[in-house]
Amino acid sequence: MAVTTLAVRVAEARALAPDVRELVLEPVDGTPLPPFSPGSHVVVHVPGERPRKNAYSLACAPWSTDRYRIAVRRLDAGRGGSVGVHARVAPGDVLAIEPPRNLFAPVARATRHVLVAGGIGITPFVSYAHQLRAEGVAFELHYAFREPGGGPLLDELEALCPDAVHAYADPTGQTLLAALDDVLSRRPLGTHLSVCGPAPMMDAVVALAGDLGWPASRIHLERFSVEAGPTAPFEVQLAGDGRRLSVGEDESLLEALEAAGLDVPYLCRQGICGECRTGVVDGTPDHRDMFLTPEERASDAWVMPCVSRCAGAGPLVLDLP
Amino acid sequence: MPATALSVPSGNSPEAIARFPFPFEADTYMYATNVEEAERPHPNGVATWGEHVYDIDEHYRFEIAERARVLAADPARCQVMPHMRLAAWDVVEDATTRLARDFPAHFSLERRGTERRWVNRLLELEQVYVVEDDGSLPMEPFEWITRQLQEDVELLDQRGDDLYFDAGILTFGADWSLDFDLGMHFLEIHGPVPRVHEMGVIPRAFQFLQRLTPGVAYRRTNWTMTVGRRLDTCTEVYPEWGPDRASLRYEEIGERLHLRVEVQHFVRLPRSNAVMFPIHTYLASLDEICTIPAWAQRLERVLGSLPQDLVDYKGLTRYRDMAVDWLAERNATRTEDPR
Repeated sequence: MAVTTLAVRVAEARALAPDVRELVLEPVDGTPLPPFSPGSHVVVHVPGERPRKNAYSLACAPWSTDRYRIAVRRLDAGRGGSVGVHARVAPGDVLAIEPPRNLFAPVARATRHVLVAGGIGITPFVSYAHQLRAEGVAFELHYAFREPGGGPLLDELEALCPDAVHAYADPTGQTLLAALDDVLSRRPLGTHLSVCGPAPMMDAVVALAGDLGWPASRIHLERFSVEAGPTAPFEVQLAGDGRRLSVGEDESLLEALEAAGLDVPYLCRQGICGECRTGVVDGTPDHRDMFLTPEERASDAWVMPCVSRCAGAGPLVLDLP
Repeated sequence: MPATALSVPSGNSPEAIARFPFPFEADTYMYATNVEEAERPHPNGVATWGEHVYDIDEHYRFEIAERARVLAADPARCQVMPHMRLAAWDVVEDATTRLARDFPAHFSLERRGTERRWVNRLLELEQVYVVEDDGSLPMEPFEWITRQLQEDVELLDQRGDDLYFDAGILTFGADWSLDFDLGMHFLEIHGPVPRVHEMGVIPRAFQFLQRLTPGVAYRRTNWTMTVGRRLDTCTEVYPEWGPDRASLRYEEIGERLHLRVEVQHFVRLPRSNAVMFPIHTYLASLDEICTIPAWAQRLERVLGSLPQDLVDYKGLTRYRDMAVDWLAERNATRTEDPR
């Protein structure tokens, strides 16, 4: 299955902080963009000599179908996607994005939400704030940032929900944790805690909540995502005729086999149905499927080419003609 | 579907039989996570089925009336927990959008901002409403839209890494109960199914559903058999249909015994992040199955080789052997036919 993409035009681009850039994206053909659930992200195909696919939270109301907004912090040590957004994207450019999906949705049964953001981790909570406010669900947003004058999007959130926002100009996170020590001690049953920010800050909040008796099922985390999917290229050899194929970083093993004219059976292309199971004669697969049993995985005798890859550069020798 | 189609439960036209989702791809059957991408035609050896997520066929008016009858007798067949309100609206938006696109002769949807004007010509119904405004519809939104669908629709709420069955309508269920299962975890609902847990089928399906993303629909088929052309075989009315399984006579098999196939779709709803399963039930009598010789032969082999625990779970115990004998006799007659 090819991933479907939406074509969007960059309507506006501006700096929210010295290293944070906001992009407003609108559909190129006027067709409304899909509505989404709070906490959703889109995968942006960032152009450049080495194109990147990076996931960014949608920082707008979840019913905003005429325009999406993302806010991107430049990570000079990253794989290059955020630098590309800062350096190579300008208003008027057309970008491909994948439709919204969500690994950080609010729990609909929660009677109250405690939202905790660190730095650019504020972005998913913009859609939370719009939705919870509209639904009349109780929530509070604790936002720590390093900018002395206020973090990205702070003004906007304070205008949207003034009673809910608690701001901490706090590069170390110590004031935030001290405040949360009190907050997390006093919230009623039915409250859910959602956290997004740098890993050390999230770990500290989770540890604090755990110490205060919060069950894991009431704590929800959004890690700054490094987009998975195809990564390193590798080589494949067909045991039958000895042919060698190269699998590129942006294609699956199954797609590469199909491009070479091989008729591999498939159904789901998601690593669950088992239809495309292929024998491995030599080499070590990087198993990413949900079909093979732990024993089958350990044997490295099989690979599910729709999602799995090769551990290393290969070649992975497949039992194919 | 011809607009003049009769609203009677009188069986299938040859056209309907040709697009029956005959579920067997081999001469033996075993559970599998038989999931594939939806909205693409699936060949059945005669024609194809599965072009759309919601199907509208010649039984539309009859099944809509049958659903209304069941709901009038037992309102608990449709239930929506309060936190599923947004998911209910997702179903309204999904169904109206797809039906207007896929069956423009029967349905139309005009959108202006959050306002909608919906026309269902098959039911001569016109409704203006505002999305996510419950008061703008004459009844609860999920019940309003599912009373216009042939599908039963079940909704799973995603809470963290778990999925809970928190809303649904079930008037055409195959021996299960919405009222009993509502609120259960996905894995609990499937607890009674033999083999699938050890085989990893259910855990894999669970992982798949957890990761399902908006925008792409998937589907699978499931099957059982029903005596009589009866859609409502929910557990609540077991006394009405259960005894038929024991009283079925050999000479009635062609007319009364039906292959019952469910086409189940999986859709991640965009606004609520809930998972939706529309389930469309298709019935074909064995006489109708026998109009396609390849299906009759395959069904004989599948039923004949079905392991006993599956026979028992599917409720076929009382008549499986008789049905195999009947199919064998029919198939033998055809083979000997000098034509």
